[in-house]
Amino acid sequence: ATRLSGGENRPVSLPLSRIRVIMKSSPEVSSINQDALFLTAKATELFVQYLASYSYKHGRGKEKNALTYSDLSHTAEECETFQFLADILPKKILASKYLRMLEKEKQDGQVGKDNGEDEEEEDEEAVDEGVG
Amino acid sequence: MAERPEDLNLPNAVITRIIKEALPDGVNISKEARSAISRAASVFVLYATSCANNFAMKGKRKMLNAGDVLSAMEEMEFQRFVTPLKEALEVYRREQKGKKEARKDKDKKADSEEQDKSREEDNDDDDERIEEEEPNDEEEVDN
Repeated sequence: ATRLSGGENRPVSLPLSRIRVIMKSSPEVSSINQDALFLTAKATELFVQYLASYSYKHGRGKEKNALTYSDLSHTAEECETFQFLADILPKKILASKYLRMLEKEKQDGQVGKDNGEDEEEEDEEAVDEGVG
Repeated sequence: MAERPEDLNLPNAVITRIIKEALPDGVNISKEARSAISRAASVFVLYATSCANNFAMKGKRKMLNAGDVLSAMEEMEFQRFVTPLKEALEVYRREQKGKKEARKDKDKKADSEEQDKSREEDNDDDDERIEEEEPNDEEEVDN
């Protein structure tokens, strides 16, 4: 069941001043009409509700009566509408797997890469030491 | 123009309440999930702003208006938001109009009273205005 947030006293719960700060952090934006500010705040509320309910509905958290981070990152990956969130809601992997990925990237990167570093020679001492 | 990281976040309590309203009663929301949704909301604002700004630029305007935001929602594939947003805007505009008229009446009343007393009332209005700003007035702020 979804209720319109802030319906009792105010049309919107999120503070307009804070929304404005975020909007103005975009360098290309010069000025914002008051109605546009309100709509952005309201749209953000609708977005939060949509993201939460969609993720809950399609995720596995509800097996334990919960909304989990995993539900959210799953949504960002699977649902096209939410794909703009994929970078900030990455899937979580084991640390050991991540370290192996880093290692591989480093090796791939050293083939024919010209970045002015002196260290990338045959011995590769630094790389080995880095791996825990 | 440096914002501290926390300034670009939305208040946790409000975000939590909005999430709870969207889910069935009693569902737990992990702190991590709540934090992630909060970040997602900030990103949404940035994305929507950028998109709306494109529409404003297309219209050779420097000021973002309501139409730009609604167009942005369609562009971002959030068409489902458009109707509820339009309805909410109507309510908001009526409220703002009511407030403006109430302030006008208050000012009129203050003029006919002593100077000191009217200054006090004006201060109260200022506190309110910090949040709301002038309704429907074009707002120019230097970047």
